[in-house]
Amino acid sequence: MNSTGKIVAINGPVIRASGMRSFAMREMVQAGRLLLLGEIIRLDGDDALVQVFEDTTGLRTGEPVTGTGGPLSMSLGPGLMGSIFDGIGRPLGKLLEREGPFVTRGVSIPQLDPDAMWDVTPLGKVGDVVTPGAPLALVKETSLVEHRILTPCDIEGEILSILPPGLHKASSVVARVRDGHGRERSIPMIRKWPVRTPRPIAERLLPDEPLLTGQRIIDGLFPISKGGVAAIPGGFGTGKTVTQHQLAKWSDAQIVVYIGCGERGNEMTQVLEEFPVLEDPRSGKPLMERTVLIANTSNMPVAAREASIYTGITIAEYYRDMGYDVALMADSTSRWAEALREISGRLEEIPAEEGFPAYLPTRIAEFYERAGKVTTLGGTRGSISIIGAVSPPGGDFTEPVTRHTKRFIRCFWALDQQLARSRHFPAISWIDSYSEYGDEVKSWYASHVDPAWATLREKARTLLAEDDKIQQIIRLVGEDVLPDDQRLIALTASFLKNGYLQQGAFGPDSYCPPKKGIAILNLLIAFHQKAEDLLSQGCPLSLLKGIDELVELTHLREIPAERLERFEELKHDLFERMESINRERIVSRREV
Amino acid sequence: MSATEYIGVRKITGPFVLLDGIQGAGYDEIVLVSTPDGEARKGRVVLVDEKATLVQVFTGTEGLVPETTSVRFLGRELEMALAPSMLGRTFSGLGEPRDGYGPVLGGVRRPVRGAPINPMAREYPRNFISTGISSLDVLLTLIRGQKLPIFSGNGLPHNALAVQIATQSKLLGAENFVVVFAGIGIKNDDAAYFQSHLASEGRGGNLVLFLNLADDPVIERIATPRLALTTAEYLAFDLGMHVLVILTDMTSYCEALRELSVARGEVPSRKGYPAYLYSDLASLYERAGALRNSKGSVTQIPILSMPNDDITHPVPDLTGFITEGQIVLSRDLEARGIYPPVDVLPSLSRLMKDGIGKGSTREDHANLAGQLFASYSRVQEVRALAGVVGTDELSRADKASLAFGDSFERLFVNQGMEENREIGHSLDLGWKLLSMLPVQELSRLSMEEIEKYIKKRA
Repeated sequence: MNSTGKIVAINGPVIRASGMRSFAMREMVQAGRLLLLGEIIRLDGDDALVQVFEDTTGLRTGEPVTGTGGPLSMSLGPGLMGSIFDGIGRPLGKLLEREGPFVTRGVSIPQLDPDAMWDVTPLGKVGDVVTPGAPLALVKETSLVEHRILTPCDIEGEILSILPPGLHKASSVVARVRDGHGRERSIPMIRKWPVRTPRPIAERLLPDEPLLTGQRIIDGLFPISKGGVAAIPGGFGTGKTVTQHQLAKWSDAQIVVYIGCGERGNEMTQVLEEFPVLEDPRSGKPLMERTVLIANTSNMPVAAREASIYTGITIAEYYRDMGYDVALMADSTSRWAEALREISGRLEEIPAEEGFPAYLPTRIAEFYERAGKVTTLGGTRGSISIIGAVSPPGGDFTEPVTRHTKRFIRCFWALDQQLARSRHFPAISWIDSYSEYGDEVKSWYASHVDPAWATLREKARTLLAEDDKIQQIIRLVGEDVLPDDQRLIALTASFLKNGYLQQGAFGPDSYCPPKKGIAILNLLIAFHQKAEDLLSQGCPLSLLKGIDELVELTHLREIPAERLERFEELKHDLFERMESINRERIVSRREV
Repeated sequence: MSATEYIGVRKITGPFVLLDGIQGAGYDEIVLVSTPDGEARKGRVVLVDEKATLVQVFTGTEGLVPETTSVRFLGRELEMALAPSMLGRTFSGLGEPRDGYGPVLGGVRRPVRGAPINPMAREYPRNFISTGISSLDVLLTLIRGQKLPIFSGNGLPHNALAVQIATQSKLLGAENFVVVFAGIGIKNDDAAYFQSHLASEGRGGNLVLFLNLADDPVIERIATPRLALTTAEYLAFDLGMHVLVILTDMTSYCEALRELSVARGEVPSRKGYPAYLYSDLASLYERAGALRNSKGSVTQIPILSMPNDDITHPVPDLTGFITEGQIVLSRDLEARGIYPPVDVLPSLSRLMKDGIGKGSTREDHANLAGQLFASYSRVQEVRALAGVVGTDELSRADKASLAFGDSFERLFVNQGMEENREIGHSLDLGWKLLSMLPVQELSRLSMEEIEKYIKKRA
């Protein structure tokens, strides 16, 4: 029998109820005759404060509040892949079928369809002893994802029965196990997990393998590891969402969880329309087959926005436990922080900075710490990489959310307003961004892509940093007064900016394999060294600048990845031209 | 507890009336606050607890006497009647007829709050709207179902631009194209300007106006955009029309919200605005778009005046994070006599990429736009440099850049208030301007495009 209290006060998404002594902290409740879902966030004697995940318009005092007996949870099982859920895990597809195009309130729908039929292959047999994390069965979830039903973390023992191979309903029990106390435990295909509790792991590992994103500036200059954490801060219009979409499309994770947290409805629609037709560059299968979407658009209730982050990361952990590399995009964590602020304000808590509650950094840390490369309970390796967008008001990176986020992430891709205005995309600043993973992934790149990766990265970054200083001088006095070696740096840097750092999100350049990225970098750095060499022999830069082939250096990214040999040809031709110009110069000087 | 009436209130403060211990008051419920002589004002329940119920009176509390004021709870949230006969009508900011005709009859009643659209039900906007304005069509393409605000300042011609967009939009000739206009705290003159221009040339029947003027009650402004958007959704998704919604001035709306929030004693966030300003604005701006199984669409052009022309002010800042781009007007361009004074660099249309190119505008559109942005951005740097070292000291490429910048502003951005340029013409103009620059500078174009559009021209 569920306990019942009574609404006594309503203030936006926060309501107060009395007669709530038997309720538990963080228990899910249904409020009022509309049966709105909510969660208990404070218990005080007979009273409880509830944050309601749906719009509270029309709720009345005196109406009942009924407990559900458990905390906010997500159903985990086959059927997650390719689906879209709202912030508290309701399937938006089913909601559309039942309620029409507008999201209505008080609708109770199972998060995963219990009647869906799945092709199950058992992995154990009666009599086997299983430990937490051990696989019990395989379910072909999509053409890209093999779903492993694992032994839950609190069950260990001997298999008493297990599903035979074949089609089974999602509501089936996969296996029965007798545990150490002699109790019989059933393991269903769909299990619930409280979203605010991290799922257990065996051990954390060093994230030493890169998450390849197909984005040159990231893979080449500011890499992220599988199991790494990154933030993308930027004012409006700098391209946070496009960058997040790019990572969701092209990164070499096996599973992508995309959380649209307080953002535009059309952006979720775009993913829903594009991903089923876009091909994964590695498998050739539709991207949607490895993607789960969580959508809390900016006009959906604010309490559900706070929950959406946890719903998403719980799904990510579930697939990590199966041994997958998962990438989670949260767009935008600022909206989540603002949801915390709004609820905190309604609770009349004393604010810390800019109205944010004092526990903001704790919550941010808890979220990002759920990332990592791990050994799972079952002994396999899995990882979760988190990429969080941050939307600082006025584009000011010193505001609390950006500042606290910086403390807990290791990769910072700062989006630059100036670059965005000149339509240099991705507008990731090569000056303000950083990655702490450079050293950790160095040996992976050396053995899988190019031994020179680390050296080229260092050279490119040094050049760009020197160029930044030179540009400041140019802005003051113009380029003509600079010595040739500095003008050469500015020239090479402009090739780097146009030919390497810029990358269109639409069209053939959208995905750049690491080999092509390194080929461009290689050619540009080689040009620079060659030119430096010629300058030191006394050849003026103005002569070199006249070479026709130089125009092509600005257009290197147009060379298709299948034609990597073109880079060698170009290098050969270019060097020959440079050499011959220098020779002609020396000859003509002698003649004089 | 529908239609319960209470006589006498405990307290009247600012726009609020406080009632003691009402059982069963609904949150957001609509009430009628009446004086003994029978005058009824609409109000809304904004806070309830066991001790008190707080009611916000839309038209203000002037003249109310606590003892004799009666409050009737209607048992429903703010709703409005909707019917095809609304076309051609003018309403107040609270939806009362303002044109001397009777109330809207027949049709349906809907809550003005609006429910969020399920992202699965949306259709991603991809249809180009030709506005006949070069800077918009080529660089900041408007898409049907988009929300694209105009960030303006006092004294800038945002009204003229909004009217030009509304009257020149290619869809306007079509029978199912209508404009819903919400004037939020605007001057009488501005309202008259919109009314006469939008309704001219027989378009009056395709127009619905909601007017809350500068001297109308402030709290009413909270309702005005919601009434307009509820009407727009009805016209678009029930009747299958393409609706353009103009909301002006959103800054007045936000100020009304702030006034209300401060009066309630809420913890303020930036510049005294409530912490929920983002969510509140989103609950308006997100009511744009197209649905998969409906013919109509809602396109929004909110206009906001940036206080002190500051784009980082909370109102433009939060708006920019929600809307699908922004059109920023520049005081500098306006001073130089350029109309429309669109500052293209900070402006953006997020939905542009999917609505242009082969099949909708022209295949060369995307890269042309990218190059124009990049080249014009360089103009700003060169101008700064020229300011220091003088024009004579500039390199040839820099001089070309300056010349390009001037022509771009005078010939491309600048156009007449009634000049309707065809998209092909605007694109050709763009190419003509780019050919003023040396090819080494055209890094956004492919080698192929340089060959086809620049070298051949020369």
